[in-house]
Amino acid sequence: MTTYAAPGQPGSVVAFEPRYDHFIGGEYVPPAKGQYFENPTPVTGKVFTEIARGTSEDVDRAVKAATGAADAWGRTSPAERAVLLNQIADRMEANLEAIAVAESWENGKPVRETLVADIPLAVDHFRYFAGAIRAQEGSISQLDADTVAYHFHEPLGVVGQIIPWNFPILMATWKLAPALAAGNCVVLKPAEQTPASIHVLLSLIADLLPAGVLNIVNGFGAEAGKPLAQHPGIRKVAFTGETTTGRLIMQYASENIIPVTLELGGKSPNIFFSDVAAADDAFYNKAQEGFAMFALNQGEVCTCPSRALVQSSIYDSFITDGVARVEKIQQGNPLDTDTMIGAQASNDQFEKILSYIDIGRQEGAKVLTGGEKADLGGELSGGYYIKPTVFAGDNKMRIFQEEIFGPVVSVAKFDDYDDAIKTANDTLYGLGAGVWSRDGNTAFRAGRDIEAGRVWTNCYHAYPAHAAFGGYKQSGIGRENHRMMLDHYQQTKNLLVSYSPDAQGFF
Amino acid sequence: MSRVDLTDAAADLLRQLAGEHGPLMFHQSGGCCDGSAPMCYPAGEFRTGEADVHLGDLDVAGVADPVPVWMSRAQFEYWQHTHLTIDVVSGRGSGFSLEAPEGVRFLIRSRLLTDDELAEIGRS
Repeated sequence: MTTYAAPGQPGSVVAFEPRYDHFIGGEYVPPAKGQYFENPTPVTGKVFTEIARGTSEDVDRAVKAATGAADAWGRTSPAERAVLLNQIADRMEANLEAIAVAESWENGKPVRETLVADIPLAVDHFRYFAGAIRAQEGSISQLDADTVAYHFHEPLGVVGQIIPWNFPILMATWKLAPALAAGNCVVLKPAEQTPASIHVLLSLIADLLPAGVLNIVNGFGAEAGKPLAQHPGIRKVAFTGETTTGRLIMQYASENIIPVTLELGGKSPNIFFSDVAAADDAFYNKAQEGFAMFALNQGEVCTCPSRALVQSSIYDSFITDGVARVEKIQQGNPLDTDTMIGAQASNDQFEKILSYIDIGRQEGAKVLTGGEKADLGGELSGGYYIKPTVFAGDNKMRIFQEEIFGPVVSVAKFDDYDDAIKTANDTLYGLGAGVWSRDGNTAFRAGRDIEAGRVWTNCYHAYPAHAAFGGYKQSGIGRENHRMMLDHYQQTKNLLVSYSPDAQGFF
Repeated sequence: MSRVDLTDAAADLLRQLAGEHGPLMFHQSGGCCDGSAPMCYPAGEFRTGEADVHLGDLDVAGVADPVPVWMSRAQFEYWQHTHLTIDVVSGRGSGFSLEAPEGVRFLIRSRLLTDDELAEIGRS
């Protein structure tokens, strides 16, 4: 067991600056209006740095800087861009602990996760897109003996990216790596809840980036996000967030006729067929872990498996074992490497989760464990901690239909395959899902029948760079990860070329 | 009888926001990060349409225009048996909602509608 010293304390592996400005055109610049906002850590609730409060003037300056850099950056060779991405990855890897502790301190998530998941995944993501862009090829169509259509991938130009707070660095990387690999310049707005850790990362890689290729404007959605999404100099907007803001972003994008990619959350079903309990073995243990996965990252994951559907013939024993498993989840100081669940990212998030636990009880769902906040004592008493919670209820209840974004799973039983699929698909969303079965045929059919962009089969919460991620239904538009993500940051140039000396014959 | 109400603290905040931004509206969000929460915009900023349900208008003393509250029709299917009260808590961040820079966040508190209330409102 290790407990990392809090940033700013003696012996800490990372220190935050007392203030972060915007990063525009390769340098830090203060906000045009001179305003800053406080940034608290959810670990203790105390402010640890302040952040520039961006406005349209700052966004405009950043878009101009990006536009100035776009032509040269877009003409660099794929090899050159790949080298840059690999250098970023190497720097991150060499400073893994510092970035991981910064991320944990700012977001409240356990350092155990940032050390082995968030940051290593981000490192790998840069490497993946460094490889992908080297291997990407255009195409030719041989239209006839003398006529050829060439298809080239060209960058879009300047893109706007609005980042969520649940995986601040990894989600920024999901958007940055393909955008930069494809030759775009970026204006990025971090979430106002978690704006600082990306600046820690930036302090390690800023010297690698040509000026203007990456610009960061901090601030609030209404003040900085809106002018970014509406800016006529932006050729695409990528957003991860929730449905109403997603619609607003589409509305803004329609003003300039530009594409959007949206990742808007879910209410992911996690289906356990009866054969998972055929033996009390390694696979059963794995399935039980799969049930407890709702608590990963304090449930603050768009794909949180927040609806567990368990076949009625095994329901009682499976849930008894599952609740016991959940009760073994260690909650504590996020900077302690033994901690499995840390703090919710903000006070409003904390309050919202408690309000859902309240309506769950009112609707008649039964609390099997948790169902309340946790007071961890000492300095941590000021932080935002909620006990992992298991509700038993009915799929029509609001706790089964709304994304709580906390460590709360709602459990229901199903009788047969058709019942399972019907309940799984009875949701507005379709981002993730889980299927657990020892029978490959059942698992395969269920995976195909569930209306979701990713169906984890006999696993959950794995996020490799080489697998496409994105939503069906109201969970969004477009995909992230995988080589296909390059398509969302490129446009196709077709050169239609005649090598014939003869007239076409019309006139 | 209305489906949606607000607390005194939320009314205070609306008065402040109306003073800064003019007429206001709410749209209840679903899903993810800052979602499952009421978003407050300048009236007309968010385009509502056939996909939305108008839950009611909030009359706030000291605010000239009533504040309409909207929700997507699909989401309303799952919410129609509950009464909503818009409250405010300290917090940080809320998509594009107007109150975020004030260090506070609108929040929905819910209770089940009684049978009598449901009969009066009518399930839509």
